[in-house]
Amino acid sequence: MDATDKGAPGVLDDFARRHRLGVVEALPWLVAIAAYFAFPDYLALGAQILATILFALSLDLVLGYAGIVTLGHAAFFGTGAYTAGILAANGWGEPISGLLAAAAAAAAVGFCTGAIVLRTTGLTLLMQTLVVAAMLSELANKASRFTGGADGLQGMDVWPIFGAFRFDLFGRTAYIYCAVVLLICWIVVRSIVHSPFGRSLTGIRENMLRMHAVGAPVQGRKLVAYTISAALAGISGALIAQTAQFVGLGVLGLERSGTVLIMLIIGGVGQLYGAFIGVTLYMIAQDRFSTIDPVYWYFWIGLFMILVVLFARGGVLGLVARARRQLRRLS
Amino acid sequence: MGDLLSAAISIAFHGLAFAMVLYLISVGLSVTMGLMGFVNLAHGAFAMAGGYALTTLMNHLQLPFALALAAAIAIVVLASFVLERLLYRRLYGGDELDQVLMTMGLIFMTVGAATYFWGPVAQPIHPPDLINGQLHLGSRDFPTYRSFLILCGVVLVTALWLALERTRFGAKVRAAVDNLRMAQSIGIDTSQLFALTFALGSGLAALGGALGADFLPIVPGYALGNLVFFLIVVAVGGLGSIRGPFVAALVVGTADTAFKYVAPELGAFFIYALTMAILLWKPHGLFGRA
Repeated sequence: MDATDKGAPGVLDDFARRHRLGVVEALPWLVAIAAYFAFPDYLALGAQILATILFALSLDLVLGYAGIVTLGHAAFFGTGAYTAGILAANGWGEPISGLLAAAAAAAAVGFCTGAIVLRTTGLTLLMQTLVVAAMLSELANKASRFTGGADGLQGMDVWPIFGAFRFDLFGRTAYIYCAVVLLICWIVVRSIVHSPFGRSLTGIRENMLRMHAVGAPVQGRKLVAYTISAALAGISGALIAQTAQFVGLGVLGLERSGTVLIMLIIGGVGQLYGAFIGVTLYMIAQDRFSTIDPVYWYFWIGLFMILVVLFARGGVLGLVARARRQLRRLS
Repeated sequence: MGDLLSAAISIAFHGLAFAMVLYLISVGLSVTMGLMGFVNLAHGAFAMAGGYALTTLMNHLQLPFALALAAAIAIVVLASFVLERLLYRRLYGGDELDQVLMTMGLIFMTVGAATYFWGPVAQPIHPPDLINGQLHLGSRDFPTYRSFLILCGVVLVTALWLALERTRFGAKVRAAVDNLRMAQSIGIDTSQLFALTFALGSGLAALGGALGADFLPIVPGYALGNLVFFLIVVAVGGLGSIRGPFVAALVVGTADTAFKYVAPELGAFFIYALTMAILLWKPHGLFGRA
């Protein structure tokens, strides 16, 4: 008893320290506020970036913390987008409840498919997740009565937020709406990864065998993380659907799963802020390239990705960590 | 009854032809993934390059089919050899996320480059008269080109099997797949082996892509659009084998043809469900080792 009492404060201090907000952590939000005033013409793009950051953040929870490599995260993004979209197209355009419904639907899909696919690892897991998303995409394509099929879902009517803030043409409401939702979800994710539950996820990523040996319920924890991540991805999809007032089949596609993975890797995996950096970089680059070169921008973004692999291993945050180590060595 | 039989024969025939294309493209991916543990998502780009090289050499330089095919394969083999030395080998044994990022980058670059040079429209392949038209067998007609595909597939499967089982090179590849470090310690030059296998696999993919334009049209989005098919063949077959992807390609090819015939409105859904079921039953693929 005594021993644990003496040992516990050290561990608790460690957890408390991790939970404490650092000064640097205010930076993304200051940038988001500054961007609102600095780029009034780009708020629609800004809203998209904010919503996609949430998508990448949800992927970071499973990939970066629980070590689940997935190529099918669009399954949950798309489920959320279609849920919010179909609600709004059928007479229920209240956005907040739309988000919650999207989260619930995506969580349900995540829980059911996760219970099956999370038993495997490596290439098999990659394939299972990919196939789940592909199956949902086929279903959405065939159920065109509800989803609009290949033409996309049209006729969404999203009501003003709280009945007061109408979605405007310039994307002002959309930007603030996405920023607030992202902030709330970020606090949730941050609390999760620094909690004992989050630490056990990292343990599973680092050494699954040992986690089994110490008696951690590995499958259960992975499934819980997967379900939470699915819910967050669903919210992200719903945000995109509500702000764009349109849902196309692409929300479930392999390209969507692939690009969010790419954005996260570019930023840095498993560090909570890789999503912020990677998504912003990628989507601004994509926007610029596609404006300069609307047909061939794929080539440039591909080149950019290869350069990141060659010269910035570990993404932007990897670069920052290396630079800091260099500086410390110099001083 | 007669209708049913004729449908079954037709499905088997077209399914077999599609399976050969899938096999030619995917076998290289299976071997390189088994050998180097490298997730090469851009493998389909080599197949696409084979298709573009063939059509360009035939339609613009007016080369005969056989010569253009050989030249197309040679070009892709050379290009893949250079890429392996310059890019891929830096990431062997590295983080698989870096491999995903790099190969996805390559896919995006090929999409952009193909759009730039050939535009978004599918490139037509004009096979010579000898293998065009219809083949009369008994009371039935079969497209000659697809019969030719099946023949090519059978010949290549046999050749590959012999090469892997009967030659010194094949023995080295098998040794390295089984135990890489042991193979290195007994003096096998695995770096050279990787380069050769990679180039060979890409060459086969180029052949498959060029011949299979009938099934998988040569468009800029080829590598990404068909990636699921190639990965399914590799995962279902099991990594690092020659036989696994063959059986998997047969299963996927005939099942896809059959499902499209029986229930076209559900499209590829059944293939995905089948893949899911097989991987749940055998997580390491039909012929993979745990």
